[in-house]
Amino acid sequence: MPGTDAFSRLQSAGRYALELEAVSRHFGALVALADINMTVAAGERRAVLGSNGAGKTTLFNAITGDFPPTTGRVRLFGEDVTDLPVHERIRRGLRRTYQISLLFNGLSVIDNIYLACRGVSRRRFSLRRPGRDESAMETAETLLGAVHLEEARDMLVEALSYGQQRQLEIALALAGAPRLILFDEPAAGLSPTERSELIEILQSLPEHMGYIIIEHDMDVALRVSESVTMMHNGRIFREGTPQEIENDPEVQELYLGQGGGHA
Amino acid sequence: MDARRLLSGNFSFADLHPGVLLVIVFLLAYPGFASDFFVFQIGAYTLILGTIALSLMMLGGYGGMVSLAQLTVAGLAGYLVAIVGTNSVGVMGLGWPWWITVPFAILAAAVFSALIGAISVRTEGIYTIMITLAIAVAFFYFVRQNYVVFNGFTGFAGIEPPTLFGVYWRDPVPFYYLSLTVAGGFYAAVLYASRSTFGLSLQAIRDNPRRMRALGYDVTLHRVFAYFLAGLIAGTAGVLMVWFNGRISPGSVGVDIVIDILVIAVVGGMRHPIGPFLGALVFVLLQNFAIDLIDRERFNTVIGLAFLLVVLFSPDGLLGLWQRVRPKLRFARTARYEAGRAEERDRQGAGPLEQT
Repeated sequence: MPGTDAFSRLQSAGRYALELEAVSRHFGALVALADINMTVAAGERRAVLGSNGAGKTTLFNAITGDFPPTTGRVRLFGEDVTDLPVHERIRRGLRRTYQISLLFNGLSVIDNIYLACRGVSRRRFSLRRPGRDESAMETAETLLGAVHLEEARDMLVEALSYGQQRQLEIALALAGAPRLILFDEPAAGLSPTERSELIEILQSLPEHMGYIIIEHDMDVALRVSESVTMMHNGRIFREGTPQEIENDPEVQELYLGQGGGHA
Repeated sequence: MDARRLLSGNFSFADLHPGVLLVIVFLLAYPGFASDFFVFQIGAYTLILGTIALSLMMLGGYGGMVSLAQLTVAGLAGYLVAIVGTNSVGVMGLGWPWWITVPFAILAAAVFSALIGAISVRTEGIYTIMITLAIAVAFFYFVRQNYVVFNGFTGFAGIEPPTLFGVYWRDPVPFYYLSLTVAGGFYAAVLYASRSTFGLSLQAIRDNPRRMRALGYDVTLHRVFAYFLAGLIAGTAGVLMVWFNGRISPGSVGVDIVIDILVIAVVGGMRHPIGPFLGALVFVLLQNFAIDLIDRERFNTVIGLAFLLVVLFSPDGLLGLWQRVRPKLRFARTARYEAGRAEERDRQGAGPLEQT
């Protein structure tokens, strides 16, 4: 898709965190993703918009390897990871959150975050109990504070409120020094207060931490992103800066026109 | 008991729950007042079966993988003790010393367990049960038909523990303490490791394997390692079992006993390592004393009914029953305590509304 000047400048600023080359994903006869070419610069913050069924989550699954692409190549930080399993891609600095929280319900909040911190470190098979002074545990305590879950530290995850579970979902994705995070509708179902807390967390992430965020709420999406990809029917429909996308008449007709009504 | 205090060295027996302390004292003093039959046939046998079921509890309760092949793993260890050690049958019996035989048998069992894991970890739920059952059945037929190494239908007899430190370890009391040491050691190890990095990751994989992958964990490798650890436990119990029986044959690894281990784990409860031992105790008591109530042939009916009742009233086994009753007991105790305090306040002339 044609990029504008402002968008090209952003893209050429640094090396790529993510490169998708002719990525397609078929489920039987259904083409969920068709010929996606997309690049995200290191540290870039990108929003992916599109109506339900546009292929946004499938795009995430293709990037992480949850559902590998049918055809095409995926490159992370310059390395071709198309044939690597999920955990190997994660160890290269990729993280994601899920649209429906996928957490460890039988464990406490701090154990959830601790495991997320240990996932990319060594000694994952250690049969010793983690001490409070272990570095992964210290990182976990810091993250606990960052997502405002200090008071729920020792609670079982299944006892958390919906909003708290969404916060924890974010904490798991932030653990272990990621370089590119895929947020799948992190604000869905949050109260206005929780929503602004989320925006605050996203805006306070260190500069080198890029992310791609799927968000239905245009308001949130445009506040936390510096570039936007519009998807439609499994294809990329437009790419550009938030202003360009917002002012694009075709986009307005396709998405904002209908979406603005009920969002 | 607070594990952190235990680790930091500030642990003392005063931290133990009085109930736990009582159980420890009882288990240690048990041979002092029980007959040889109760020490050996009930006590030691319960501990051995409980340890095999513990390996299943570890896989099932923490890892969400119900393997029916744990008795098979124990059986392989038992067979190996006869094959590379000594037996009275005149087949195999390489005569290796016990200090090579025992570690070899246990390690081989653990590797076998890890192999079973590698085959079955890509399946879930009922399919894991089916595939491990198939392995157990295959092992049963294999040892029954293989005469060169496993001596087929007859199996091996005359297998004895070594005489060490002047003690004949198959005598009821020494054997009981040996079994208690092994069972207690593995119980404590499983309890401790359940909160270790690996233990936590295993439980997380049980809850959500897909998310664990998305955190960078190699889920398959973790599951296989869990099978390896479970194999160490089952293998050690297998060595004790073959010393206990003095013999091993295809009947020792038959499908009926394979199922018994599952029954023991489920009846006891898979949420805590104490469950398998409770289940084993109930099982062994029924096995020995059901005969006083009904015909010997009806034993399976009794154990089946007991299984049905427990599963019907508590999906978490006997442990689940206890957990359901305990809050009520605690409530009753608190209520008594509160009532006592109120009475005391009244005696001191304080108003009933005064806050303390």
